[in-house]
Amino acid sequence: MSQTQSGSQTLAGPPAIVLDKVNKWYGAMHVLRDVSLTVAEKERVVVCGPSGSGKSTMIRCINRLETHQEGKIVVDGTELTDDLRALDTIRRDVGMVFQSFNLFPHLTILENCTLAPIWVRKMPKAEAEELAMSYLERVKIPEQAKKYPGQLSGGQQQRVAIARALCMKPKIMLFDEPTSALDPEMIKEVLDTMIGLADTGMTMVCVTHEMGFARQVAHRVVFMDRGEIVESGPPNELFESPRTDRLKLFLSQILRGH
Amino acid sequence: MSDITAEHVPTEAREQQKVAAPGPWAWARANLFGSWWSTAVTLALGYVILRILFAALEWGVVNAIWTVPYGPTGIANTAVCQNAKGVGACWAVLADKYRLILFGRYPYEEQWRPAIVVLLFIGLYIVSGIRRFWRKELALIWIGTLTAVGALMWGGFAGMPLVTEDYWGGLPITLILATFGLAFSFPLAVLVALGRRSTQMPAVKMLCVVYVELIRGVPLISVLFMASVMFPLFMPPGLNIDKLLRAQIAIILFAAAYLAEVVRGGLQALPKGQAEAADALGLSYWKKTGFIILPQALRLVIPPLVNTFIGFFKDTSLVLIIGLFDLLTMGKVALSDPPWQSFSTEVYIGLAVIYIAFCFAMSKYSRSLERDLNRSRAR
Repeated sequence: MSQTQSGSQTLAGPPAIVLDKVNKWYGAMHVLRDVSLTVAEKERVVVCGPSGSGKSTMIRCINRLETHQEGKIVVDGTELTDDLRALDTIRRDVGMVFQSFNLFPHLTILENCTLAPIWVRKMPKAEAEELAMSYLERVKIPEQAKKYPGQLSGGQQQRVAIARALCMKPKIMLFDEPTSALDPEMIKEVLDTMIGLADTGMTMVCVTHEMGFARQVAHRVVFMDRGEIVESGPPNELFESPRTDRLKLFLSQILRGH
Repeated sequence: MSDITAEHVPTEAREQQKVAAPGPWAWARANLFGSWWSTAVTLALGYVILRILFAALEWGVVNAIWTVPYGPTGIANTAVCQNAKGVGACWAVLADKYRLILFGRYPYEEQWRPAIVVLLFIGLYIVSGIRRFWRKELALIWIGTLTAVGALMWGGFAGMPLVTEDYWGGLPITLILATFGLAFSFPLAVLVALGRRSTQMPAVKMLCVVYVELIRGVPLISVLFMASVMFPLFMPPGLNIDKLLRAQIAIILFAAAYLAEVVRGGLQALPKGQAEAADALGLSYWKKTGFIILPQALRLVIPPLVNTFIGFFKDTSLVLIIGLFDLLTMGKVALSDPPWQSFSTEVYIGLAVIYIAFCFAMSKYSRSLERDLNRSRAR
């Protein structure tokens, strides 16, 4: 359907995201152990692993919804520290899509999409609305613009959430289990939207269990377990010939589930 | 009506109700005379209610005395009322004293000023209640109205003689304390609630916790006493902050602590994902709070907010203990006039009507507001 192939070679552009020996603890629990990962520009990385493996925590560290205690995270050339100005720049350039959509229920779909461009990017209202409508068209729901999130189905809400993030014209998109809260019949419409986005050359990091999507879109799959990156490589290689027992076990569980 | 009854009627009855032809008779048969037991209760309660109703009508209307003759010295001759005591109400006391009760000891011929003030307040409430006017200009309207209120009450310009606060009293005092009180305590409460949830600034959080717990730990009366008796002791001689202002500040601080806890409840009820989504979009703290968090959190707490508002509207009557003459106190003062001393029931009924009018309007409005706001986000 697209130029998107199960890329077997890692892109070697300039790095968009660098995680260097990142460690994080929740109290006594060590949730990220020496996580090192480099994502190149225009690269698409799928992160998978059993629940509690730290994959969501890792992706949430990239735009500092969670703070790391040790190690270094550099996003788009800016290091994540307590410096709020640097954080503002990064959040402006990194879009995020959540498992539970997190649309703002008291605002219309259009207002959801224009809020940040108007108040963060200081875009004129008319321009922001035009931009929002163009993205809503791209996720195929321009006719819902005047409705409220509660009036839309889960799949539609998640597509709005993608459009909302895109309205900020981010350089990097993070997806935190975008289809896990959806009914099966709605998963496809969201994945199709994400595949369309991949075709535009967006840098993407996606936590998901959708192996078909990983095969089709990802340049690289990263497998995490118990807070560390266990294996990583092109999807075909990783899925066909897993080297570690942990990944073998995980794949067998995933496949049984499907 | 049907959704009120639906809660109390067992399911079978509710289904019967649907089948039965609609109308008052069908409704009565289903709800009032559904069974032998129900019929007995209906008849017994109906008898009691009618008896009370007729007695009240007889006392309050049929046998009531509306005017009394006045003696040559202008002193009311209340002999008619005294004779009717226990048989009919003496509304003449309200006819005689209503201006004293409403406007206190404000100079008699200048009482059109507090009257306009009361109308200004009511106008302000009505304008603020209309959602079409919820814009930035509304803040200007508030500032303008509150300034006009002060100017009219004090006077001292444009041919209006100066009337100091010592002569203020009655309904304007109650409305001033309640309106200024809520207008200032609400923003303060929002800040305190946000401060109490702050993770970045532990010192601010500590301060907010101490403030709320301290204020909540003492009765309003003691805060008022503190403001009126103890506070001046600590002031340098010569500096005298007006008593009304001190009471006003005490009420603001007191109300803010309670409102802050209500607002905090709303903040806590909001899913964490909302703040995260706002963060991820790059919204700053104040934009996140103003556009995403507060609109949703405050909507959730409209009922307890209005509950607190109503409570504080009535609590303003406690200022009587520090010698301010609010509406309730003026009722007491009116009753100290010898001819009218024994007609407290009538005066208190009159006062109750005024309090009920304001409080009922508030609760009625809050219900309609809740309904309107929830309609826009129907699931």
